[in-house]
Amino acid sequence: MKVRIKFAKLGAMKFIGHLDTMRYFQKAIRRADIPIAYSEGFSPHMIMSFAAPLGVGTTSSGEYFDMQLAQDMPTREIVERLNGTMAEGMDVLSAVRVEDGKASKAMSLVAAADYRVTFREGKEFTSDWKEKLKEYISQPQICVFKKTKRSEKTVDIKPYIYQFAIQGDKIHLQLAAASSNYTKPEQVMDGFAQWLGIEQKPFSYMVHRQEVYADNGNEENHQFVTLESLGEEVE
Amino acid sequence: MRKLALNDEILLEIESPARYIGGEVNSVMKDKAAVDIRFCMCFPDVYEIGMSHLGIQILYHLFNQREDVWCERVYSPWTDLDAIMRKENIPLFALESQEPVKNFDFLGITIQYEMCYTNILQILDLAQIPLRASQRGEEFPIVIGGGPCAYNPEPLAPFFDLFYIGEGETVYDQLLDTYKANRQAHGTKADFLRKAAQIPGIYVPSLYKETYNENGTLASFSPIEEGVPEKIQKQVVVDMTHSFYPKTLVVPFIKATQDRVTLEIQRGCIRGCRFCQAGMIYRPTREKDVERLKECARELILATGHEEISLTSLSSSDYSQLEELVNYLIDEFKSRGVNISLPSLRIDAFALDVMSKVQDIRKSSLTFAPEAGSQRLRDVINKGLTEETILQGARDAFLGGWNKVKLYFMLGLPTETEDDMKGIAHLAEKIAMEYYDTVPKEKRNGKVQITVSTSFFVPKPFTPFQWAAMYSKEDFLGKAKVVKEEIRAQLNQKSIRYNWHEADVTILEGFLARGDRKAADVIETAYRKGALYDAWSETFHWEIWMDAFKETGVDLDFYTLRERSTDELLPWDFIDAGVTKEFLKKEWKRAISEEMTPNCRMKCSGCGAGRYKGGVCVESKN
Ligand code: SF4
Repeated sequence: MKVRIKFAKLGAMKFIGHLDTMRYFQKAIRRADIPIAYSEGFSPHMIMSFAAPLGVGTTSSGEYFDMQLAQDMPTREIVERLNGTMAEGMDVLSAVRVEDGKASKAMSLVAAADYRVTFREGKEFTSDWKEKLKEYISQPQICVFKKTKRSEKTVDIKPYIYQFAIQGDKIHLQLAAASSNYTKPEQVMDGFAQWLGIEQKPFSYMVHRQEVYADNGNEENHQFVTLESLGEEVE
Repeated sequence: MRKLALNDEILLEIESPARYIGGEVNSVMKDKAAVDIRFCMCFPDVYEIGMSHLGIQILYHLFNQREDVWCERVYSPWTDLDAIMRKENIPLFALESQEPVKNFDFLGITIQYEMCYTNILQILDLAQIPLRASQRGEEFPIVIGGGPCAYNPEPLAPFFDLFYIGEGETVYDQLLDTYKANRQAHGTKADFLRKAAQIPGIYVPSLYKETYNENGTLASFSPIEEGVPEKIQKQVVVDMTHSFYPKTLVVPFIKATQDRVTLEIQRGCIRGCRFCQAGMIYRPTREKDVERLKECARELILATGHEEISLTSLSSSDYSQLEELVNYLIDEFKSRGVNISLPSLRIDAFALDVMSKVQDIRKSSLTFAPEAGSQRLRDVINKGLTEETILQGARDAFLGGWNKVKLYFMLGLPTETEDDMKGIAHLAEKIAMEYYDTVPKEKRNGKVQITVSTSFFVPKPFTPFQWAAMYSKEDFLGKAKVVKEEIRAQLNQKSIRYNWHEADVTILEGFLARGDRKAADVIETAYRKGALYDAWSETFHWEIWMDAFKETGVDLDFYTLRERSTDELLPWDFIDAGVTKEFLKKEWKRAISEEMTPNCRMKCSGCGAGRYKGGVCVESKN
């Protein structure tokens, strides 16, 4: 049985990088005595895959990984067992059974993600940042520098900003997150600072990822559904 | 959620912020208002190294068993955070509560190697605790040291209030109770120290005074007042099977150097190699029962979720129930993705069989530690490994599919000649030839790959070589050159790689290992001039230390190059480490006359450790 786990990474856990988070869950699964399946070969490893790596410094309440079990187990029990051995700040939110097979791999499904961005106290870019940000986002094109391993180029990220809203002091962004169009909230925010023509103070804002989605629609007509909703709880 | 001592800006700027956040699985949180004693345990090196150390994990869980104690941990901040803490005046904090160490009752520092001495000063300094015990008032924690380097505590004496000589599990309870009682009686720190000095194994440096002869050697060493014991007797756990072993280990978020469950199968070593301090100070050899070990293995894998389990001890092959234990571990864990790692096995049929089950032969290598290149010198150091045993082991291994061999040697051992050094190259060559002779061409898995590593010998207290002279940096490097050239002259030189340890660190290690209280000034001066993380080659600066020697007027050569007379009063003579000075003298003489001494299982040599009435000393001997 293939199980998809949704977990939160809060507080100090934001300092744990992606690789260490993977190692953390491998150990947690062994502590919780979950009957996970192992690969063949001389040094067998747990069959699991993580969706959309999260950068150091970012918290999240919508992280996912899939794992293959060697024996079935009620999904509620999986959640309970894992939560019985979590460090403070790591919380397992749900477990659902998903279809087997390559096509349903958590990683390859990822199409979009929700983020909440907040400025640290006193580090707002400008006092009228709300109006300015609306103005910035409503441009027909939003060109930002994108550094890859090989090149530095300007890209238009406007098509990849699926949603934008300001609620109180919080900025909500829904951004593209497939491997071909992966857009980071930092690109939006840093592009905004550049557009304002200001030198931003280091660590001016905090990013929290809220959810990760698959796309049940198509390029023209997205139909985003959470990765969690693609599976079901089982007894 | 716990509030962190460092803010996000700092944590996101430095390398590996997870080193400083605590909160690891199985770390212990308590209500500070509900405990009487706050103890901070320190390993003075970077987190990943410190978290790999078993001793701290044992003591940490042992202390936390007590309801009246909250034991927390601290490690050396790396140089990036060190700079920030100094600039922003942030006091060093314990990982669990994230509160300043200076507010604790105790700061316990484990001292595993000499090259961490400047890191100890960094810990005190960053904690905003005055470096010298004499400058610390009632408000500061009691600073206590333990571990192998505490067997010559003198170079560090002024920085510590107490040292604990021996194995930590035994008398800490008594020490903590004494502390509590003293506080209830409104006693001062001085009152406490005086009482602590009465506890076996506890050394209070401020209660002792030394004088020197004109030639710089020690003239006397004695208590400054009546009632303070003249000798400190090392404490050992007599019954290893029923001694405390934690049911859980703290699991770091980031990869520690040794990211695994460690099972201590025995303490001590029966062999009696004359250069080896661990083999002497951990006498007598005490085994842990195999059933107890199986239970610990099951418990700890479940409690930590680690994917590797490793056996630890000196000379593991001497553990009498090794075969049963290893087979059990393989059966129990291999299918659950848990690797078994077996360091320090003597290469024989059993070892090869086990190794072929637990590791990939193509990737793994065979390790031999002949330590010396000739049989003559191996007799001097009492290393009972013969050339024939090595070649036989290599032959069997080559037939089993191995083709990588690692060889470890020491240069600069007492009585060493050029022939002994060249013998290293010859032994490597013979092993290479063995490969081409035994493995037919079609079965060869490429060329044989032999790696020869040499370190320079450092005489350590409480070994038969504690009187031996060391060499100068030039002499050491000259020895490495002899080996290098001789290897180059061999037929199979292309199959042999050679690397050698740095000479200057070795010399400093030698100074710190056998120094007296005068060494403390050198350490402090070097620290003030910027010495830190001396165990790391990228952060070690020989010039700083040379300046420190110049400034303090301490003569490095006096401590390193001089062969000590067996009549000389040595700075660590006030410690009774189990093995007697008489035994060590006898062994030193036998070494010079190239006489071997049988191991404890073959014949008891009456080393003195029999007084503890435990382990191998009380096993029935035929
Ligand atoms: S007393 Fe004898 S058996 Fe015991 S450790 Fe010493 S030499 Fe070995």
